[in-house]
Amino acid sequence: MFELLWLIPALPFAGFVVLALVGGRLSRPAAAVVGAGSVGLSAVVMVLVAIEFLGTPPPHHVYAQTIWIWLSVGSFSPAIAFYLDALSLVMIFVITFVGFLIHLYSTEFMIDDEGYSRFFAYMNLFVGSMLTLVLADNLLLLYLGWEGVGLCSYLLIGFWYTEPANGHAARKAFVVTRVGDAAMAVGLYLLFTRLDTLQIQDLMTRAVQAWPAGSALPMAAALLLLGGAVGKSAQLPLQTWLPDAMAGPTPVSALIHAATMVTAGVYLIARTHVLFTLAPAVMTIVAIVGAATLLLAGFSGLTQWDIKRVLAYSTISQIGYMFMALGVGAWTAGIFHFMIHAFFKALLFLGAGSIIIALDHEHNMFKMGGLRRQLPITFWTFLAGAGALSAVPLITSGFYSKDLIIWQSYASAQGSIWLWVAGLVGALLTSMYTFRMVFITFFGPPNAQANHRPGMRINLPLVVLAVLSLAAGFINLPDILGNLPFFSDFLHSALPAASILPAKAGYEGLFAVISGVVSVSGIFIIYLFTMRYRRLTGNLVNSSFGRMLHRFWFAGWGFDWLYDRLLLRPYVWLARIDKDDVVDLFFDGTAWCNRMGYRALSFSQSGYIRWYAAGMAIGAAVFIGMVVFL
Amino acid sequence: MASVPVSHGLILAGVLFMLGLSGVLVRRNIIFILFCIEIMLNAAGLAFIVAGSRWESADGQVMFIFILCMAAAEVSVGLALVLQLYRSMRTLDADAASVMRG
Repeated sequence: MFELLWLIPALPFAGFVVLALVGGRLSRPAAAVVGAGSVGLSAVVMVLVAIEFLGTPPPHHVYAQTIWIWLSVGSFSPAIAFYLDALSLVMIFVITFVGFLIHLYSTEFMIDDEGYSRFFAYMNLFVGSMLTLVLADNLLLLYLGWEGVGLCSYLLIGFWYTEPANGHAARKAFVVTRVGDAAMAVGLYLLFTRLDTLQIQDLMTRAVQAWPAGSALPMAAALLLLGGAVGKSAQLPLQTWLPDAMAGPTPVSALIHAATMVTAGVYLIARTHVLFTLAPAVMTIVAIVGAATLLLAGFSGLTQWDIKRVLAYSTISQIGYMFMALGVGAWTAGIFHFMIHAFFKALLFLGAGSIIIALDHEHNMFKMGGLRRQLPITFWTFLAGAGALSAVPLITSGFYSKDLIIWQSYASAQGSIWLWVAGLVGALLTSMYTFRMVFITFFGPPNAQANHRPGMRINLPLVVLAVLSLAAGFINLPDILGNLPFFSDFLHSALPAASILPAKAGYEGLFAVISGVVSVSGIFIIYLFTMRYRRLTGNLVNSSFGRMLHRFWFAGWGFDWLYDRLLLRPYVWLARIDKDDVVDLFFDGTAWCNRMGYRALSFSQSGYIRWYAAGMAIGAAVFIGMVVFL
Repeated sequence: MASVPVSHGLILAGVLFMLGLSGVLVRRNIIFILFCIEIMLNAAGLAFIVAGSRWESADGQVMFIFILCMAAAEVSVGLALVLQLYRSMRTLDADAASVMRG
């Protein structure tokens, strides 16, 4: 079955090609079959491969497949080659499985859109690129997938391109992630010039041999790769693009800006973890970036009125948790949270989408209210997702993954009490903004009438994802609940285990109880604020300090404003004063010469046949003269 | 029978060619321009014949047959163009066609 590995990315690409070439002529059902079917088939192949991987693992738990040599220059010959280990298996599982559910959902969600087949073409291209990214066995192919998903993100954010604001959001996402991508490209150059290969596994072994831990070169390389990861995963300081990226259709936000693409940075760091282990200082930076981002986005999430923006800030915040986990060396915890997050965040986005479509594209939570009875399936599944996001203890999967991160951020060798505190405050904020959303949207007086009942293809993915959001955590039970870490053990063939300090190991149960209490108390606090004492909340927000804080958080801590003042305006100003400079003289001169030449030549185009004949005769005479006399 | 020297034949061809060329350059009537082109072609043909007899080879005469064929084709196209010109311009003055410049 392993030989079929290449089909997993190839099928979505084939779907893209079909839809791009003849999509305009296909009927809607046909486009849906091609679009969702290609990803579904890819998921089937993934299941076959996964069964064999679990049943009869390949030697060293690694299967590599070379399709062809991409290019060959001297010793540099990157291949189109796929590398399957436990880490990439988890990634392709999430991408194809959640991807298929979201495609299925989209077949109904986008049904009235005129760009139906274009939508599925972009989505298939995205899934193919993302699979290439996670299966690539060399960094060049990974970078190809990396840019491919960036392109699809751009195309899909600006999917409704007739609205100028959407185009602006798309450009912003593209340009901001480009900053990170440039850093990453420089990192690749550095690795290649120093270690003379881009094969990820060779790179890791050579890095260990060539570089002592903590020296300057691995630090520089790890920092540059981190730059790419930070851009793609919307972490501080490049997080500003993700809230605006919500301009795209909701399934796009679920697939690209929650479940898969934004976690590519997490994957990159986990994939090159050896390099990061060689640079402990950079690991600390990763942890601090994660902790700062999760707090900052948590506060911002509390103040949004657009349901999708709440979820966007929540995504930034949850990826912050993953970064924190990576930063303290809790690799498997980070990947575990990635998988669980993909389930419940895709679920929340799809649920939000079904509300939005039911209310005729209404994004404002304060105009929803009381939807509990009108959209029961959406409500219950959304509640499951919200519970998982808030890490409600025991019954949701989010608890198992997030608690593992919070615990290891304290107990691991690189951990610290401050990271743990940040994680706890973040957990409190998470359950507050999540249930604020739930209470405002589904409870209270009904403010709107749901006009469309979501159909089967919308409800089925919601139910499947809700079950996963509740139950998927049981594959990795912590110490106090029987200690059955199947998932971590499975990943340990690809990622090292976190080094828990023995002195701290005894407190795990206590810490789990603390984080459980924090999560539930967050829900209770926000219940008081939004349901019981609404007037008090209103007064608090309307006080002068409250209003200032609200505006500050609402604007995402003013990062957009800062970048506007710090980078955009000086640049625009420079461009304006530099409109006619010396360099332009050269280009203007070229234009002038061309214009003169054009005038001279057009003068010779007189229309008198005798002139042309004379020209030919003189020309012939000159050439004959040259042949005879020279 | 004394043969004509090669140089005489070539000089005659050259003179004919120059006559034709100057006719093309100075004449305004498009039919005369066509005549002059014919003269130039025949000058070239004469040069081929002379050279062929000088090298005692049939190639020159073969080339002359080619030139004759080509001239016939050229005249048929040329006369068609002349007819078109006359129809649209009501004149045979080649310079009047300069209004067609782009």
